[in-house]
Parts: sequence; C-alpha cells; structure tokens
Amino acid sequence: MQIYLPIAEMSVNLFILLGMGAVVGFLSGMFGVGGGFLMTPFLIFMGVPAAVAVGTEANQIVAASLAGVMAHWRRGNVDFKMGGVMVLGGLAGSGLGALLFRELREQGQLDLVISVLFVVFLGLIGSLMLWESARVILRGGSAAKRRRLRRHYWVHGLPFKMRFHKSGLYISSLLPLGMGFLVGVLASIMGVGGGFFLIPAMIYVLGMPTSVVVGTSLFQILFVTANVTILHSVNNQTVDVLLALILLSGAVVGARFGVAVGAKLRGEHLRGLLAVLVLGMAVRMATRLLLMPQDVFTVTPLVGG
Amino acid sequence: MGRFFTLLILFVLTMPFATALAQPVVADLSSHQVAITSSFTGEDIVLFGVSEGGGDVIVVVRGPSQTRVVRQKQRVFGVWVNRNEMAFSEVPGYYALAANRPVSEIADLEFLADNQIGSNRLEFETLGEGNPAASEMFRAALIRYHQKNGLYAAGAGLVGYVGSTLFRTEFHLPAGAPVGTYSAVVYLLRDGELVGFDTTPLFVTKVGLGRAIYDYAHDQPAAYGILAVLLALFAGWASSLVYRRA
Repeated sequence: MQIYLPIAEMSVNLFILLGMGAVVGFLSGMFGVGGGFLMTPFLIFMGVPAAVAVGTEANQIVAASLAGVMAHWRRGNVDFKMGGVMVLGGLAGSGLGALLFRELREQGQLDLVISVLFVVFLGLIGSLMLWESARVILRGGSAAKRRRLRRHYWVHGLPFKMRFHKSGLYISSLLPLGMGFLVGVLASIMGVGGGFFLIPAMIYVLGMPTSVVVGTSLFQILFVTANVTILHSVNNQTVDVLLALILLSGAVVGARFGVAVGAKLRGEHLRGLLAVLVLGMAVRMATRLLLMPQDVFTVTPLVGG
Repeated sequence: MGRFFTLLILFVLTMPFATALAQPVVADLSSHQVAITSSFTGEDIVLFGVSEGGGDVIVVVRGPSQTRVVRQKQRVFGVWVNRNEMAFSEVPGYYALAANRPVSEIADLEFLADNQIGSNRLEFETLGEGNPAASEMFRAALIRYHQKNGLYAAGAGLVGYVGSTLFRTEFHLPAGAPVGTYSAVVYLLRDGELVGFDTTPLFVTKVGLGRAIYDYAHDQPAAYGILAVLLALFAGWASSLVYRRA
C-alpha cells in the first residue's frame, strides 16, 4: 500500500516504512541504542531528502527517548541536575546547529556534510565496537574489566565546579555543558540523539556511574531533539509528522522483540553484530560520496535568498 | 512566447464575435480537480475536444511555474561535491505533449519554438549571471531530472481522432506531481497554420490529512513544530504504557 508523505512529498510503500521502523526498533531494543544513527541513513538511502530525514528523525527520537526516560526514571536512574546542565548546553548547540544547517542547505552542501559526518561517526563507532567485541571474544572472557578513569586530568581543573549528588561527582559544570553543546550541534545537523557520543563521554570523561548514564543521556536527548524538531519546523519545514508516526509505530513493535532477543544472546556477539551493521552503513554512505553519481547534476527547490 | 501573447490579445479582442461564431476548437478534461490524498500514486487525465472541420491537434499540458537550483558535482579529493550551480525560474513543474502526428510534421520550427512545444524547447529564466555554454548544460540537466521523475514526457503522446472532428488524448500525472494550477492548451492547425486554440485549467491540490499537515507546516511553522513535539511525547508516553503492561 502506497502512502503519500506530505512533507517529504513522495509516495512510499507503507509496509516498507513500518518494516524499517520495526528493524531499527528491533536493533535499538536488542542493543539498547537509540535508533537515530541507523534510521537517518536508512531514510536517506530510501530517497527521502536528507533535510527531511534529519528533521523527521529528531521528531521520532523525542518519542523514543521519552519512553526510555520514563523507564529509567521509575528505577531512579536519572541525574536530573547533570541532565539539566547538559540540556542547557544542548539547547545552545542545537540552535547553532540549526543555523549551520540552514546555511549549508542554501549553499547546496547539506547532503555532503550530513553524509561525511555519518561516514566518520558510523565508521568510528563501528570500528571501536568491532575492536572491543573481537578482543573480548578472542580472550574468551566475559566483559573486559574497564579501567576506572577517575584520574586527575586537566579537565578536572576547569572552573565553575558543581556538585552532582546523584552521580557522586564534584566537577566543572563546563564539562557537561560543553558535551551537551556538541551533541546539540550533531543532533541538529544529523538527526541523531547522540547517545553513541554522550554515553562513552559521560563514562570516560565525566566518570559518571554507568547506572545513571543511559537515563541521564536520554533525558538530555529528549529536550534537545524536541528543540531540534521545533527549530527545523520553523526554519526549514522539514519535519514530516506522518513519517515520524509511521516509523514510530514500527519501532515500538520491533523494540519489544529486540529486547526479548537481546536478553538471550551474548553481549559480545551482539556488539559484534551491531558493529558489522554500522560499518556496512558507513561503507554504503561512503560509496555514495566516492562513486561517480548516475547524474552529476542535482535539482532542488531554491531555498532562501 | 511572442506569438502566444499576440494570439491571446487577439482572442480577447475578438471574444464577442468568437462567441457568436463557433470556436474552431473546444477542449475539456475528464476532471479539473486532482486531489493528492495520502494514497495518491498518480492519475490519468483524459482530454477530449472537438475541432471544427478536423485538422492537426497539438496538446500541451504545463504545470505551475517553479524556481529550481541545478547543481553540478565535481570530484574533489575523490569525493563528489557540488561545485557549480545555476538557478532557474519559470520552470514548469510538469510538462506533457500530445499530437495526432509528429509535431515536426504539423508545424514549422518557429511555431514550435514560440509556443515551447516539446520539453526540449522549454524556455527557463536564468537567475543571476551565467555563461550561455554552461547554462545549456544545466538546462539539459533540469529537463533530464524532470523526465526521470515522470514530470516531463520524453516524447509526445498520441491524440486520437474519433470520427472526423472528435479527438481525445490521455496524460499521466505521476505521484510526485506538484500542486498548483496547470493549463492544458489545445492548438488546432491546418496546413501548418494555426486555426484556433483553447485553454482549460487543471487544479492539483493536496487534500485530507496530507493537505492539513502540509498547510499547517508552512502556514504556522512554530505551532506545527510544537504540535509535532507534543504528538511525539504522547506517542512515547503511550508506548511506555504498552511496555509497562507487558
């Protein structure tokens, strides 16, 4: 059954969209990752204009992250103070990101920048995950014991120190502020929540306890993607609520199965699988940049000036 | 274009007499309204008409004028990057042509060029400066893009005569047809000379939920964004309820 997407202005098979939502939902349920950095490239591969893929995906992540935050909140795993500081940074960052987004779109370089960012980030995350899971599998051990990085770095000498009771930290508020800012910029331009960047940064740079990391990052992502949704609606009219809702309905169903399957498989194998998938997408994205396009000319509506 | 306007003026001036006389050619569409709904996958429109005493018929259907940017990718350090660009206005969002025999046999090149008959004879306005040689390349790319998306017909459709005066033809609006006012112009020629023409409009609009979403997003972007967030929050909350129950 074909369905016409009013903002993307294209007609797509409804079941393909639901299936894609389900696959990404399944993967995010299984691996416990947000779906943005998988879904946005998928949408772009499908022919959805990159600008619409980004705006719409931000909208979908709002829903997914609220569901996640509520689950973590019930278990008391959200550091609201830390999250609040990161939100402040994130709101500023996403504002800057939206300005960059608009400028790049007018210059005709938006698709290029989005693709390059995805190649870099998907490639980086995929390689790191593959490396880590290969190491663990080869050693035959279970999870590798991580060094606790609570040593004194230059970052701990920064001013504006703040006490975060929930995380048991006394650190400069500039750190979470800056991290929130960076993720905000990425969220605006790439249509991702940024958990793949935030979670390791919170663990390794801030030294937050793992238990509160996911809930707190989702808390930040919720507000930042909400802001990104509004900014993209106002600046570019590229948020397709119909597309977002369809993807979401698929994702809700997929995530349930994903959680169930994820509970049965071993962590390292899972991580290895996801790594291969992520690397595959990075390669796919890279070939779009490196191979001679079918037509070197592209046509778009005139935006802005 | 020049001849078209002269004709238009003549047509308006002679209107009182024309109504008294029979129009040499009259045409109409099977429907003047095309509604793009959520399940719109394209639609065939039938154009039919009567020509006074027969003759050659050329039908041109043009979509609303748009402004488009064409960009050319070039290889920079191995990566294909948009380098040159050119903006055009007066680009019809849709173009279809039909005739009862090859248009080159019906009329001379001057007539075809003046009336932009055939998608390769479309004239666009270039915005900003640009050298003519490069502009031709970009123009061709623009036409190629529309042809690839089924928005410009590559060749001419067939106008079929039913009897000696009644004719009909069909054209297809693809799923990606732009919204706006289209015009179907029917030219009647005899021995290469224009005998008469008729214009009939076609309105393509989005309707239903799709229309509501599109209009709201463009008319009230801030409210739309807030509503999109609220909708997502509701959906997220609802899905977390589903989870908790499970």
